[in-house]
Amino acid sequence: MLKSVRYLAALAAVLATSSPAVHADEGWSLLNMTPGVTAMSRTIYDLHMTIFWICVVIGVAVFGVMIYSIVMFRRSTGAVPDTTMVHNTRVEIVWTVVPVAILIAMAVPAAKTLVQTEDLRNTELSIKVTGYQWGWNYDYLDRGVTFFSRLDRQSDAARQLASGIDPNTVPHYLLNVDNPLVVPVGTKVRLLITAHDVIHSWWVPAFGVKKDAIPGFVNEAWFLIDADKPGLYRGQCAELCGRDHGFMPIVVDARSKADFDAWVKAKAAEQKPQTTTPATAQASASAPTTG
Amino acid sequence: MAQNTHSHGSHGSHDSHAAHAGHAQHHDHKPHGWRRWVYATNHKDIGTMYLVFAGLMFFIGGSMAMVIRLELFKPGMQFVDPAFFNSMTTMHALVMIFGAVMPAWTGLANWMIPMQVGAPDMALPRLNNFSFWILPFAFLILLSTLFVPGGAPAGGWTMYPPLVLQGGSSFPMLIFAVHMMGASSILGAINVIVTIMNMRAPGMTLLRMPLFVWTWLITAYLLIAVMPVLAGAVTMLLTDHFFGTTFFTASGGGDPVMFQHIFWFFGHPEVYILILPAFGIVSEIIPTFARKPLFGYEAMVYATASIAFLSFIVWAHHMFTVGMPLAGQLFFMLSTMLIAIPTGVKVFNWTATLWKGSLSFEPPMLFALAFLFLFTIGGFSGLMLAIVPADYQYQDTYFVVAHFHYVLVPGAIFAIMAGVYYWLPKWTGNMYDQKLAKWHFWLSTIFVNVLFFPQHFLGLAGMPRRIPDYAVQFTDWNMVSSIGGFVFGASQLLFPYIIWKCVRGGERIGNRAWEGAHGLEWELPSPPPYHSWEQAPSDAVIARGAEH
Repeated sequence: MLKSVRYLAALAAVLATSSPAVHADEGWSLLNMTPGVTAMSRTIYDLHMTIFWICVVIGVAVFGVMIYSIVMFRRSTGAVPDTTMVHNTRVEIVWTVVPVAILIAMAVPAAKTLVQTEDLRNTELSIKVTGYQWGWNYDYLDRGVTFFSRLDRQSDAARQLASGIDPNTVPHYLLNVDNPLVVPVGTKVRLLITAHDVIHSWWVPAFGVKKDAIPGFVNEAWFLIDADKPGLYRGQCAELCGRDHGFMPIVVDARSKADFDAWVKAKAAEQKPQTTTPATAQASASAPTTG
Repeated sequence: MAQNTHSHGSHGSHDSHAAHAGHAQHHDHKPHGWRRWVYATNHKDIGTMYLVFAGLMFFIGGSMAMVIRLELFKPGMQFVDPAFFNSMTTMHALVMIFGAVMPAWTGLANWMIPMQVGAPDMALPRLNNFSFWILPFAFLILLSTLFVPGGAPAGGWTMYPPLVLQGGSSFPMLIFAVHMMGASSILGAINVIVTIMNMRAPGMTLLRMPLFVWTWLITAYLLIAVMPVLAGAVTMLLTDHFFGTTFFTASGGGDPVMFQHIFWFFGHPEVYILILPAFGIVSEIIPTFARKPLFGYEAMVYATASIAFLSFIVWAHHMFTVGMPLAGQLFFMLSTMLIAIPTGVKVFNWTATLWKGSLSFEPPMLFALAFLFLFTIGGFSGLMLAIVPADYQYQDTYFVVAHFHYVLVPGAIFAIMAGVYYWLPKWTGNMYDQKLAKWHFWLSTIFVNVLFFPQHFLGLAGMPRRIPDYAVQFTDWNMVSSIGGFVFGASQLLFPYIIWKCVRGGERIGNRAWEGAHGLEWELPSPPPYHSWEQAPSDAVIARGAEH
């Protein structure tokens, strides 16, 4: 009795301390795309919801007619088939033209959004992202900062076959890295995405950005995090890239512009002594280490 | 009763010259024992072999899916190495697509097309034998890769370079197996086209053909068009790996994305190869059990042809994140959205066929209705996936996994099951255990949704596909999905049991197993004679069958 009371009290405490914002993206309530933290990710979310609701409306209408037919026109209740009903040009024109109109209504906002995603003008910071088996290298162009980012050691220990470590005890299991990508908020950041070995894909859902990293080619993408939304944003490699494809997460540490400037300065200073010659700088930047 | 139940073949024991009224049956000297199957030239025997092979592969591919769902039951790696997990996803897809669904369609085509167009057999019986017997060897090679150094192919069924080039001993075996499967499909398709074009009974005009024949005819052209493209793509992989070419290697002037373009130029028509015959079967079953002709027969034919045409100009919607130019993305978004129109026409026509019908719910109808609902759900998610900016979020997540499993499992596979339950009494002369078949239906339909519906949530919430382990917030829906998978998988064991029981015996049925059934196959005895229509059916019989 006492035990269960204590248990309930603990449960209540947990529920009280965890804000709905934290729990909205966990467990059973994890049902939908999140709007994210950029104007673009919200536009994409709205587009997704618009099309979803259009599909729901069409679905209710079509499934409604099907269910009505299944209920009303049963042989067991004596329904007599209307065998003359084989063709009706007017109806057929209607159910061809109406979908065309709906599709056009969907295509217009989709095309507008698409044009925006490809607008790479006026970016303020460029970061080269290189996918490796299995991790990411980030190179802040013209800032003298480059580092490798891979799965954090705790997740890596827990994810070994039959490790005996409960993933629930590992903070951000499989979604944590040793060195997150640090970016400023309120800044249009351009990513130049490529790969060293096989194809990877850089994806952070909160930014609405997913772009393949292809060896030998450089893809471009951009994001602009809301100025009032610094924080940690997590994603994963989205293109099958071999054995440890499931174990190369992405973490973005979005900071205020001032904090970012301080960080990048400190980081550049820290990396400077190592970069005695450009050649060694490149070598140290591109050495992949695997987990 | 049909006026031309002329050549009864009593199933199994044909002493050939025990002929029936008026018809010499001197062709009816089939070999016995193993020779009957190895030397088979009869469309029904070959059809049976295709279907048995497809069933076997369905369970092998299904077992691989069970391994996948077991490992994904909860976070952490409990059972298999990540590399083996990747082999399972890769092999599951290859086995299900090329081993289960495609051979099942060819098996049904073999059994039904000659009977439905009024022909004695397929046009090219020896080619038919060859196209079947390639398959067991192709899959022997493919499945034996599970035991070679480096393990089975693990780069995905899509075989994207450069990853696929990292494969070990399995790599050349994979390429060779794909070549063999492609050759088998092309030969099967040639046979279907020649049979339909040349073996139709006089009076069986193209627009009198049953929709299963129509959809297969269009499918066969798709096969002939795209299988050589796949063969070319994998041959280029082979020479990249062994002979120093750099078709897909940037450092040698090649382009890894070019492989994706070529692959999906095959791959998108391929997904319609998997689904068009399903449209045909459903278009035959729904009118039978609604006791009403199919609404808009000609619209159905034209819609099928439109879908087939569009399938050639939408391929890049599988690769919106590769970094295509804006104009390319716009074109492939719009062309993909267009597919919704002929597909919508089909769904509306099926719904209109139900309207003012007199419906009964035997197992084939139940599976066809489940197809109608669940394939439409897959169609909706397909439309969502066409919207490029939204696709940036969906691409390579479980949302895509949910989408294509909705169109392939309660889509293609339910239609195959509906077809088997529809024609099994015709094939055997016995009615199967309908009560058990309804159990099979309800378990399948409920748990296929428990299995795949939560995968929409997982994908939208950010879970990538093809990962062996996941962040803990994805646990709950993965558990639900796995439980759905286990029950769905186990309930499929009912299917071979029901068929086996029916082959062994059951309530005898007449020519027309279902009172509302139309079509030439129902004018033949059950089981049908060894050579289906030795004498072409009369025009009156054809007209009665083609009541649309």
